[in-house]
Order: sequence, then structure tokens, then C-alpha cells
Amino acid sequence: MARRPLAPRLLRLDRRVIFILVALATAIPLLFPVNLPISVSPRVRAAFDTVDKQPAGGYVLMSLDYEPDIAAELQPMSISMLRHCFRKGLKPVILTLYPAAPGLIERALNEAADAEGKKRNEDYVFLGYKSGSQSVILGLGESIRTMFPTDFWGTPLDSIPMMRGHNSYADFPLVINMAGSRIADYYIQIAATRYRRPLVLGATAVMTTDYYPYLSSGQILGLIGGMKGAAEYEVLNNLVGNGRRGMDAQSVVHVLIVILVIVGNLALLLTGGLRRRGGGA
Amino acid sequence: MRNGPLLVTFFTGALLVAFFFIPHHSAQKMQSVMLDWANVVYAFALILGSITLWTVHQRKVTSRAPGWAFSVVTLSALAFMTGAGVLQGVEEGTLVNRFYNIANYHLVSTMFALLAFFIASAAFRAFRARNVEATLLLVTAIVMMIGRVSIGEYIWQGFPALTEWLLDVPNLAAKRAIAIGIGLGAVSTALKIILGIDRSYLGRS
Repeated sequence: MARRPLAPRLLRLDRRVIFILVALATAIPLLFPVNLPISVSPRVRAAFDTVDKQPAGGYVLMSLDYEPDIAAELQPMSISMLRHCFRKGLKPVILTLYPAAPGLIERALNEAADAEGKKRNEDYVFLGYKSGSQSVILGLGESIRTMFPTDFWGTPLDSIPMMRGHNSYADFPLVINMAGSRIADYYIQIAATRYRRPLVLGATAVMTTDYYPYLSSGQILGLIGGMKGAAEYEVLNNLVGNGRRGMDAQSVVHVLIVILVIVGNLALLLTGGLRRRGGGA
Repeated sequence: MRNGPLLVTFFTGALLVAFFFIPHHSAQKMQSVMLDWANVVYAFALILGSITLWTVHQRKVTSRAPGWAFSVVTLSALAFMTGAGVLQGVEEGTLVNRFYNIANYHLVSTMFALLAFFIASAAFRAFRARNVEATLLLVTAIVMMIGRVSIGEYIWQGFPALTEWLLDVPNLAAKRAIAIGIGLGAVSTALKIILGIDRSYLGRS
């Protein structure tokens, strides 16, 4: 029995074959890392330098607004940023505007604080979650205590010595936002533009390009994008975290997808499909 | 009767716009009070959302609609997590915290991770160079995908510089244009609502 030509068979490739290839391309580099070198982009270096220039003992307001779906990208970023702040002797005050985020932030804080030997309510404060994203961001310009009367564990802010004299954007020389949504826009509009606070942004890879105009206009001072950005920040921080570990797998999966796209197009070209189907993308 | 909501909308919208440009303390204080009202509205929206979720799924369970068993899971999870959160709190070591770490974290991450498989399959089947525009998009996507990961530099030294140029020049120009367009559109829509020209939020066009 004569076998059918390769090109039509490729076009009918079972999607389960693709799924297995993606699974292998993800799992193998994670199990056997090759530690591909990571070059640092000017945007991430700018973010790092902005934090690095803060004087020891300075306060940083950090809003970590993401949930487990995008934690693979933003959690390594947050841990690396927190460790950088701790190493510099900065005092981060952390909050979130996402209801499912506190669990993630607790993990990030525990990891970063344990690694750098920092203590809760002495070296950092976690305010917890508050609903009402935009209005909370606006409210932080007036009174943090109105928005967050207690910290995440129920301790009144007035009884936390670290919070004395710190009640609005004006008391924080730097604002950092890690977001996987339009919350980043609100921080740009309100914290950076209205209250003129220096702002550093971390975003998912697909969102990053939306914020390039704000970087060039000076409304944000640094931009960390996706797992690549997290890996770059880890490189600058001299850390090996999940950002750097994940980049090997991401590299291989990207190459696999590119190969699949090229193979798909070649197969269609060989079967004359491109000419027949000419039209929309 | 319909003038009431229109007047409330007009005064609230106009005041909030004015507050943005008035740095005086009294204006900021007034705005802060209005923000508290907004928080109360958000809290009620959360309650309303939970009640709606409960009602919709309860109806599915009682009528044995297709997939009703999933609704039982939803209702059980909603009741359990709400009850545990109210009774015990959400701190480390509580039931809510443990279930979040054991179940929620991994379920949500898994759901999102599955996208990678479907994107790879969809890219293979749908990403075709059928005309000049599609080819341009395809080539740019390939350059970006390779150039933005570590392996890109191994393949060709010029990939990172090329991706930076794509991001800093064509991308930035397009994003600026889109941002300005969205901004102007948002201002005109807001003005139409504040001035009562667009009344669709009242329930009728």
C-alpha cells in the first residue's frame, strides 16, 4: 500500500503529538537545566538601579497584584525585588488589590525574609488585601490607615513602630507595582502622575509592551517584563530563582513553537494550500 | 423621575473631575469621603456577586441541569471557604490558607499552564503566511519569540538588538497612537455620560 506524501500527513498532525512535544520541551530543561546566559535589558537595569539608589532605611510601597495564574512570571520578580530591598536595608510596605493574592505574597515574603534574615513589622509590613482597586490607589494618596486600619494579621497600623509617620504616597520615596492587569494603569495615572511618586513596574510578558510609552515619557522609571524580566532581575541581584530556572524551558518551548509554525507553513506550501487559501491571515 | 439619576451622575462626575485639579485640602478630604462611599459600593457588589453565584448554581442543582454536579462543587467550595474565612480568618495555618495553598494555587496555575499546549497547537494550525500582511506578522512573531529568550543569542548575536528595535520603534509608535486614541475615546464617553447625552446606563438607550 503506497504511503501518502509527508506534507498532507503533517497538516493532519494529531494535536496530542504537539501536546507531548510541548510537555517534553518544558519538562526536560526544568529537570536538566543548562543555565543559558541571560542578557539584561536596559528597562530591567533601570528598575534595578532605581531601587539600588534608594538610601538605606528608606521606605518602599509595594503593590503586588496578581493571582496564581500568572504567578510563574510575577512571583519570582516579587521575591527578587523583595530580596533586593532587604539587602539594601529598605523597608517595604506591601499590599495587594487582588483577593487571591495574600497567600502568594505570604510565600514570597517568607522566602525573601528568611533568606535575608528580616522580621515582620520591623523590616517589612504586609497590609493585606483591600477591595476597590482604583479607589484604594487614590485613597493611598490621602491616608493608608483609612484604607488599611490593620495589617494582614490584624495588628493596628498605629501599634507597628515601622509605620509611624508613614501614611500616604508622600512618605514613600518609591512605589513598586507588580501587576497582571490594568491596575498598573491606575498606579501610573494616580501614584506616578498625580502624586508624582517614582514608580517601577513589573508586568506579565504580554502586557509589557503596553507600558513602553510610559517608560519613554518618564512616568515609570523601570519596567520588568515577564519571566525574562524576572530572570534578568535575578541576574542583577546575583540570585538563582525560579525566573532563571524557568528561562531554559521557555527558550526551548519558543523554539519548538517556531519550528512548528515553519513546518506547518512549509507543509501547506508543498500541498499548494497557501495559493488556494490566499486571503486573510 | 429620570432626572434624579442624571443629576447625581452629573454632579458626581463633575465633582470628581474638579477634585483632580484642586490641590486644596478640603477638596482632597471631600474626595476621600467619596472614595469611602465607592468602597462601600464595592463591598455590596461583592455580596451581590456571591448571592448571584449561589442562586445560579443552586438553580442548576435543583433542576438537575447538565453539569449540575460541578455546581455542587462550586456551592460547597463557596460555602466552605466563606464559612472558614469568617470563623477562623485567613492567616497562615487557618483552613482557608491551607486550602488555598493545597488546592487553589495549583488548580489556577494548572488551568493557565494548559494554555501553552493549546497555543502551540493553534500556532501550528492557524499561523499561516497567506498574504503580505500575514507574512510580516509571522516573521515579526518568529523574531520576537526567538530574540526574547536566552537561546536567541546562541542562534544569532543580532537577535536581541533586532527585538529591542522592534519594541522601541514600531511597537512604541503604535502603542502611543493606540493610547492617545483610547484616552480621547474615554474622555468623550465620560463627557457623554456626565452631560446626560449617553443614558444607556439607566437601562434604556
